[in-house]
Amino acid sequence: MSAADQTQRLAKGGLIDRSKPLGFSFDGKSFAGYHGDTLASALVANGVRLVGRSFKYHRPRGILTAGSEEPNALVELRTGARREPNTRATTIELYDGLVAASQNRWPSLDFDILSVNQLASPILVAGFYYKTFMWPAKLWEALYEPLIRRAAGLGRAATQSDPDHYEKAWAHCDVLVVGGGPTGLAAALAAGRAGARVILCEEEPTLGGRLLSDGGTIDGLPATDWIAQAADELSAMLDVRIMTRTTLTGAYDHGTHAALERVNDHLPVPPEHQPRQRLWRIVAKRTVVAAGALERPIVFGGNDVPGIMLASAVRTYINRYAATPAKRLALFTNNDDGWKTVDAAIAAGLTVAGVVDARQEASADQRALASKHGFAVLNGVVDHVDGGRKGIGSIEVALAGGARATLEADGLAVSGGWNPSVGLTSQHRGRPKWRDDIAAFVPDGAPPGMSAAGAANGAFLLTDCLREGHSAGAAAAADLGFGGSVGAAPSSDDAPASSLTPLWHVAGKKKAFVDFQNDVTASDIALAAREGFQSVEHLKRYTTLGMATDQGKSSNLQGLAIMAELTGRSIPQTGTTIYRPPYVPVAIGALAGHHRDENFHSVRLTPSHHWAAERGAVFVDTGLWKRAQWYPIKGEKDWLESVTREVKAVRGGVGFCDVSTLGKIDVHGPNAGTFLDRVYINTFSTLAVGKARYGLMLREDGMVYDDGTTSRLAEDHYFLTTTTAKAGLVMQHLEFCRQVLFPELDVQLTSVSDQWAQFSIAGPRTRDLLCEIVDPGEDLSNEGFPFMAAREVLLRGGLKARLFRISFSGEMAFEISVPARFGDALARNMMIAGEQFGVTPYGTEALGVMRVEKGHVAGPELNGMTTAADLGLGKMMSTKKDFIGRVMAGREALVAADRQVVVGIKPVDKARRLRSGAHVIRKGEIPGPDTDGGYVTSVCFSPMLGQWIGLGLVSRGRERIGEIASAHDPLRGEDYEIELCHPVFYDPEGGRQRG
Amino acid sequence: MRIACPFCGPRENSEFSYLGDAKPKRPGPDAGEDAVYEYVYLRDNVAGEMAELWYHGGGCRAWLQVRRNTVTHEILSVEPAAGAGAASVTP
Repeated sequence: MSAADQTQRLAKGGLIDRSKPLGFSFDGKSFAGYHGDTLASALVANGVRLVGRSFKYHRPRGILTAGSEEPNALVELRTGARREPNTRATTIELYDGLVAASQNRWPSLDFDILSVNQLASPILVAGFYYKTFMWPAKLWEALYEPLIRRAAGLGRAATQSDPDHYEKAWAHCDVLVVGGGPTGLAAALAAGRAGARVILCEEEPTLGGRLLSDGGTIDGLPATDWIAQAADELSAMLDVRIMTRTTLTGAYDHGTHAALERVNDHLPVPPEHQPRQRLWRIVAKRTVVAAGALERPIVFGGNDVPGIMLASAVRTYINRYAATPAKRLALFTNNDDGWKTVDAAIAAGLTVAGVVDARQEASADQRALASKHGFAVLNGVVDHVDGGRKGIGSIEVALAGGARATLEADGLAVSGGWNPSVGLTSQHRGRPKWRDDIAAFVPDGAPPGMSAAGAANGAFLLTDCLREGHSAGAAAAADLGFGGSVGAAPSSDDAPASSLTPLWHVAGKKKAFVDFQNDVTASDIALAAREGFQSVEHLKRYTTLGMATDQGKSSNLQGLAIMAELTGRSIPQTGTTIYRPPYVPVAIGALAGHHRDENFHSVRLTPSHHWAAERGAVFVDTGLWKRAQWYPIKGEKDWLESVTREVKAVRGGVGFCDVSTLGKIDVHGPNAGTFLDRVYINTFSTLAVGKARYGLMLREDGMVYDDGTTSRLAEDHYFLTTTTAKAGLVMQHLEFCRQVLFPELDVQLTSVSDQWAQFSIAGPRTRDLLCEIVDPGEDLSNEGFPFMAAREVLLRGGLKARLFRISFSGEMAFEISVPARFGDALARNMMIAGEQFGVTPYGTEALGVMRVEKGHVAGPELNGMTTAADLGLGKMMSTKKDFIGRVMAGREALVAADRQVVVGIKPVDKARRLRSGAHVIRKGEIPGPDTDGGYVTSVCFSPMLGQWIGLGLVSRGRERIGEIASAHDPLRGEDYEIELCHPVFYDPEGGRQRG
Repeated sequence: MRIACPFCGPRENSEFSYLGDAKPKRPGPDAGEDAVYEYVYLRDNVAGEMAELWYHGGGCRAWLQVRRNTVTHEILSVEPAAGAGAASVTP
């Protein structure tokens, strides 16, 4: 490989840096290019024509465009974990060592076995999925789908995890300018001079847009000088931000936009600590869309042969990259703009083989140019092109008079006119408007605050672009009250008028492609029309026109023009499909940003987390929380052994558990009690100061919402706890009640969940442990601190804590709250102070075991479908007050006698393990939907009973205590006998917790 | 979407949660089951302007009454929802 191998590279000119040669490989072959090249331009410079195989027919394909709309030149970029499929060669900036491979071919690009699909093309027409594989359905998965997937496909995604990272960021501005071509630069200059905060997004690595390819003179300066001057002026403005390599992909509500910045895609590997891509959300008060226009191809037979390229792309490769796509170039055009390519070819020293102009008469200038350079101007159309993987064979021309002619050339530039980029302005369902004079759609019905200017608005002359850009930028700034002087609009005098005669399609027998990427041909459109799929949305789905990753940027309009012709309608009558974001493909990685793997969601740690981790605790995810599930000690063979030990230690001595994950809400105000009366089914206004009470909340539909203990710390101060799962939702619900339903109540809510570390201390020796922690002046005796008491206490060392004599385990127990920053210290201190009593930390499993032994309901029973009565808590419902859910809870079905209610369940065979989810069937009945009488909700191995026990929701359960029923577990293939029993298995009198 | 919270200023919609129609008023204690049923379950499905309740949970925790066009997403007004769902006082 050497720089000299670039046989199609011009000796001078272009915007590449010849002092920086770069090496790269394509399909295993080494090539050279220069800094400033794209992969596509470097391939052009090396004479590589064949770059891919088409999606369905595996037709050989070359490069069609020079921008992000490219349908053909899709490659796999990089290797290994960084392999990225379907990357457009036209947008890949060349770097040294770049490795790319063609896609969708086997065994090689030159010889692709599946190109036999072309022979099968009669059955691969539009709608073939629907027709060919209707039956037998059985074969779909086994045969058709794998076959189609192998035959028709794009690149291969990397099989390893992406080693790079992606980030998301916000930006805010007054005026967002989309596009850094002449229009965008003029707009940004005007808005910036006026004093507005401006963001300018440019998809390419450099500013300039079409100026980089077509040149021109602006305000007397050559285009590149004017671009540099504009960039300098913008950079000097403090409130103007220029973002290159950034594509605006979507316009969302209220001025929110999405933009993808390819921060380091132009490097082999992103520098350390830098993202590969960054997804921006840009909030702008006004948006000027200066996204330019895209040239469109003309549909004719063999129009996909490698070597056929858009006329503007040919100019880009010659002028910007000094790379010549052909030695002998022909042009097929229906407008004057296409002729610029002839000028570029002549200037670069190419031979012009001829110009096929579909219009009636070439101008005098054009005729003079042709005679000077010795090429023919043929008035007619290209009928078809013969050729294949080796490129163009011959160009067959149908002359206007009916005669035929043949052109010999290795390159054919095609121009069918230009389409303004109406994607962004139409993303809110604004329908673009048809303009006959340019035979194209222009923006209409753009979202509020958004306007289009320049080529994106159908103004194709440079001077018009500059003027429109300037006035759009000035208007946006003025609209927002910025009054700075915007200066005069830049101007250009090299503005030849362009005439165009619409031509979409040359009818013929050969395959003529409309959508290159999805292999949709003109005859597919005709088939759709014949079969009644004439609406554009039907046409799109039936033929897949415009459904590829390029979203039909180079194909949609020709497709609808052909449909319009076939159905005798005009193009605007035929209409366009809906435009949706994103404008270009966006990697899922960019959308995910940092939210992947362990950062998929945020993680909450309890105050004692690090202490628990040091002890080797096993953690369980509970929502966002990591909670200690159990604390294994050396020699224990499984979780059950650890959990059983923890339960026995608590029931026989003392243990503690971090319960800080419970939601905690301070309720303050003179009407706090009344407020709680309305949100709980039971009464709190009568609760004495210094007391705690278990409370149950319903939803307004009568179902149980949440439960927890609420304490009255002062006349006007309650401390409310929620379940871990509902902490945030209960806060939202209470704020709703307070603000929306009961604004007359003087009450305030404060979430203090993160402010307090809370531990449950349980077991007969709890008081012994507490005496070591709490100041000796505090009376913790049964008389001084009875069951359900709650108050502030002083700890040894002077820290104030809140102490609650409540019990979830059924043991003599307290919950203690200290400011969260002392949680870790409290855990460590309790271990030291409690060593003499054998204090044992316990996790959520042991907590769960003890609650099942005590028949307390929790998440599996509070499932959103149970009533208070179902849970055995019906008596708590006050009849003396209104509360949320009261009326609906009285509905017939919610008080029906056969409701499934909480009962205890024990396997009759004490050695058998009980499983939650098992269905409860009356003995002797055949399991089925009609005989299903409920199910097992929670199970545990009870160390106290020495067997598996559980809770269940069982129809008429309370009447059936003592009944032997069947547990039917089809999932595990088990059927066994169970006994329905009282749900409180351990200490039913409750003496232990009061002791 | 962006909602201009009267307390916090314009904020992204991910800071808010949506409840829905702001029209239903919670019936008084003696209104009866039918009235409560209607309050709990029956909602208009408006294509066009409607008053909605939104909660600024990612900000000031205010419940807001937002007048919004459900077709265009245009927001016509945002105000605190104080008492928006309170029982209508029956004479």
